[in-house]
Amino acid sequence: MAAQKLSIAKALNESLRKALETDPKVLIMGEDVGKLGGVFRITDGLQKDFGEDRVIDTPLAESGIVGTAIGLALRGYRPIVEIQFDGFVFPAYDQIVTQLAKMHARALGKIKMPVVIRIPYGGGIGAVEHHSESPEALFAHVAGLKVVSPSNASDAYWMMQQAVQSDDPIIFFEPKRRYWDKGDLDTESIPLPLHKAVVARAGSDLTLAAYGPMVKVCLEAAAAAQEEGKSVEVLDLRSMSPIDFDAVQTSVEKTGRLVVVHEAPVFYGSGAEIAARITERCFYHLEAPVLRVGGYHAPYPPARLEDEYLPGLDRVLDAVDRSLAY
Amino acid sequence: MTVESTAARKPRRSSKRTSAAKTPQTSEPQLVQLLTPEGERVEHPDFEIDLSPDELRGLYRDMVLTRRFDAEATALQRQGELGLWASLLGQEAAQIGSGRALRDDDYVFPTYREHGVAWCRGVDPTNLLGMFRGVNHGGWDPTTNNFHLYTIVIGSQTLHATGYAMGVAKDGADSAVVAYFGDGASSQGDVAEAFTFSAVYNAPVVFFCQNNQWAISEPTEKQMRVPLYQRAQGFGFPGVRVDGNDVLACLAVTRSALERARRGEGPTLVEAFTYRMGAHTTSDDPTKYRADEERAAWEAKDPILRLRTYLEKQDLADAAFFAALEEESETLGKRVREAVRAMPDPDRMAIFDHTYADGNPLVDEERAQFAAYQASFAEEGN
Repeated sequence: MAAQKLSIAKALNESLRKALETDPKVLIMGEDVGKLGGVFRITDGLQKDFGEDRVIDTPLAESGIVGTAIGLALRGYRPIVEIQFDGFVFPAYDQIVTQLAKMHARALGKIKMPVVIRIPYGGGIGAVEHHSESPEALFAHVAGLKVVSPSNASDAYWMMQQAVQSDDPIIFFEPKRRYWDKGDLDTESIPLPLHKAVVARAGSDLTLAAYGPMVKVCLEAAAAAQEEGKSVEVLDLRSMSPIDFDAVQTSVEKTGRLVVVHEAPVFYGSGAEIAARITERCFYHLEAPVLRVGGYHAPYPPARLEDEYLPGLDRVLDAVDRSLAY
Repeated sequence: MTVESTAARKPRRSSKRTSAAKTPQTSEPQLVQLLTPEGERVEHPDFEIDLSPDELRGLYRDMVLTRRFDAEATALQRQGELGLWASLLGQEAAQIGSGRALRDDDYVFPTYREHGVAWCRGVDPTNLLGMFRGVNHGGWDPTTNNFHLYTIVIGSQTLHATGYAMGVAKDGADSAVVAYFGDGASSQGDVAEAFTFSAVYNAPVVFFCQNNQWAISEPTEKQMRVPLYQRAQGFGFPGVRVDGNDVLACLAVTRSALERARRGEGPTLVEAFTYRMGAHTTSDDPTKYRADEERAAWEAKDPILRLRTYLEKQDLADAAFFAALEEESETLGKRVREAVRAMPDPDRMAIFDHTYADGNPLVDEERAQFAAYQASFAEEGN
């Protein structure tokens, strides 16, 4: 397998397969990950090929899934945990925050916590309550955790490989409404480091910074802006903790303008952190205040309203216009 | 495994709620007991134990030294050397009995009160004091003695123990895992989930609950309406209530549960029925919520006293043994006292150490800022 075109879902499946093949200590755990292959089929066929001891259907108990994964990691295993949906992670939040994130520090570095927690996240699929949330800031705020989100098939494949190899706990947010988007994957290329941001589209008038599901929207916005003669750069952050501020700074020093876009509520969101840091780093380069586009300070709405809640092309372009108007 | 007694236990405290009188846990099931409070050896059909005089004296020594260590730590807290201490006073038999049932390759997940178990694992007691002095959050290497760090969030470690035990089974090893927790923790969802996972995966784990009757100020009546050990049945594995002040019974029951786990027969819940004679921690004031008579009643069941009575009655230990042990206790107390006072504050840069195994540029940036800030004082000559 070298260069090919496949969906993010399939790229994740291939990546998990490779992880299981490469290291006998790698385990996959979660609700319905076995015979069903997960509700999104990300683990499709893996239990059939690797057995019930490696791809483990668990009881319906999120704290139990993460808590036992911690114990397995202490025993030398490298569990990859699937949380079925974003809104279901909270029963496990205690284990993730009070235990998983701190174990390495509490043991003065003597033990490691190589646990990956996969969370299909974000809206746009017409789902019911608790199936469309973007809680990444809640995890990025916690020292000891790393938080990433791929936006395309190649990153999905490679970032999963890197997350599994990491000795730190990684919260791996999968943009569920992009699962079926296809992209190029070269399984023999040399991947970017896990926490590096990448310029997804070069531009000179303004920087759009996004990750996960919003990268595609931002690329579409940049293409639309181009038709109006505006050159917009799109930065795919890829990692929300740590954030590659150097890459954001480099881009903003070139364009002088920054708009951060994410699905999560703007209030206390990752956009706030980026805006504050970039204002501090690039104060004299900025031609306009850093603007943010994201969700509202309201519960994620019923599906019939999610198009109003989620930042779409028009809201991103509106922010681009507001920034350029300064 | 045990026979329920129908005799109602006298309620500990008056309650306006009449339903409290009907709560089944107020009837006291028969405990597995091998040594009575009066120091008499008794037999139990399911649990036998045959210890040499040396082993018996060893258990006594463990309990005495653990109590001495605990008393020293309590004193050190009162003297301002420790920020907090969670005393195990009264729970020595539960901890030494279960701890001495373990093999070196077994693995222990404690709460924050398992000083006696740590002793059995060979963890130097002074290592336990760093977190209470505030110089680290545990700090010992859990893999050296197969004794995990103390866990403060109630019940979390029962899931870690279960996961670890699942790994032991995957490895094909015949070691076992023990998760310690208290009666209050049994109300936590994590403990129920640990029971579920361990039963489903037949994990070689022993859940050792020290029911010391009080979760800070809340009596067991506020935690449960059926005897705790009976909960195991609903999850599909055996539960047994043992006299937690009887070191022989705790050893025999834990040994049996560990052997069961090693044979691949899955988890067991052991409820060690005991009593916390002191406060929950040194920040607590038990006089506000429990009667003196209650403590007095439990003092009569003291785990150390009853073994001493037995040793003396059976001529298994002479005055020289007790005198030597007294001296050893004082030496331990002195060593602990000196070690705590000599414990240096950590280097201030340690704030940033070990946040991540693979590093993190944000931590590096903040570390550098903090170092520069600190250095600025030195430059000013302060």
